[in-house]
Amino acid sequence: MNCPECDGEIRVPDDAIEGEIVTCPDCGASYELVKSNDRFDIKPAQAVGEDWGE
Amino acid sequence: MKRLGIVYDNIRLEEKALVDAAKRRGIEVETINCADLKIRLDDGLNIPDVLLQRCVSYFRSLHSTSVFESKGKRVINQLFTSIYAGNKLFTQLLLKNANIPTPKSVIAFSAESALAAIEEFGYPVVLKPLIGSWGRMVALLRDKDAASAVIDDREHMFPLYHVYYIEEFVNRPPRDIRAIVVGEQVIGAIYRYAGKDQWKTNMALGGRAEVCKVSKELEDLCVKAAKVLKADIAGVDLMESNDKGLLIHEVNNTTEFKNVARVTGIDIAGSMIDYALKC
Repeated sequence: MNCPECDGEIRVPDDAIEGEIVTCPDCGASYELVKSNDRFDIKPAQAVGEDWGE
Repeated sequence: MKRLGIVYDNIRLEEKALVDAAKRRGIEVETINCADLKIRLDDGLNIPDVLLQRCVSYFRSLHSTSVFESKGKRVINQLFTSIYAGNKLFTQLLLKNANIPTPKSVIAFSAESALAAIEEFGYPVVLKPLIGSWGRMVALLRDKDAASAVIDDREHMFPLYHVYYIEEFVNRPPRDIRAIVVGEQVIGAIYRYAGKDQWKTNMALGGRAEVCKVSKELEDLCVKAAKVLKADIAGVDLMESNDKGLLIHEVNNTTEFKNVARVTGIDIAGSMIDYALKC
C-alpha cells in the first residue's frame, strides 16, 4: 500500500496483526494497521499522549 | 479451554510477543482494542474472563480496568495496582510504609512550598510528575534558578502538576536496574545505562542495557514491592545508591519488557502468558 502523505510504499510484515504500527520508509509518517474485510488498511497512528507509558 | 484477552491501544513488540507466546501454547488469544470499545455499564460484557491489560494510555488503562473488574473479569494487573503504581506519590507511600528502601522524597502542594521544600532538601533534586513515563517531564534541578523556572512553568499546566513530588538525586553508578516480576519471581533483569549526554536511564531516551544477575536481595525487594502494590506482573526500577544500597524508585504497572527480553534472551512474554493461564 502507499503512504497517504508522500505516496511511498509501505510494506506490511507477513506476521502483522491489527493495531500494529507501520512507518513509511520515505517520510516517516506512522500508521496503524486496521482490518478491512480480509486485508489490512491503514489509518494515521495516534500521537503520543501525555499519559502514555508503562 | 480458558479464554484469554489482551487489551491494547497500540500493538508494540510486547503485545506481538504476547500473542505469539499464546499461539505457541495453542491458546487462542483475543486482542481487544480498547479504543474501539463501547461498554454498556448496565449489561454484561462478552469478552474473555482473564485479561492482560496492556494499554499504553494510562487513563485508558485505569478506567477500562475499573469497568472490566466491575464485570467480574480477572484483570492483570488489577485496579488497585493501576491506581497505586500509576502515581509516583501513591507508590512511594505504599513502599515506604512497607519499609522498602526508596529515595528520600518530599511532597508539596503549592509553588511556594515546593520551592521552600527544595531549598530545605538541598540541591540537586529531581522533580517528577505524579503520573508519567519514559522520563517525560522529570527534571534534575541543580539550583534555585532552575527550580523556580520549572515550578513557574508547571503552574501554567493542568492542576495535577501543581502537586510537586520531589526526590533526592541519588548518588549511584550511571545506570539503574529494571527487573520484571511475574507472580512471586523475578524472571529477568537488566542494567540500563544512561544515553550520551543524558542523566536519565530510560531506554526510551536512548540508553543501553546489559544483563543484571538477579541476586536474592534484588529478588526479595522486587517481589515484596510487587506484593505491596498487589501486582501480578510488574517492572520494578531500582537504583544502586552508593551509600544506601538498592532503592526502588518506580513500579511499572503495564511494564514494557522488550529490552529485558532482548538482552537476557528470556521468554518474558511466555512467562506472562503462563501466569495468566493459571489465573
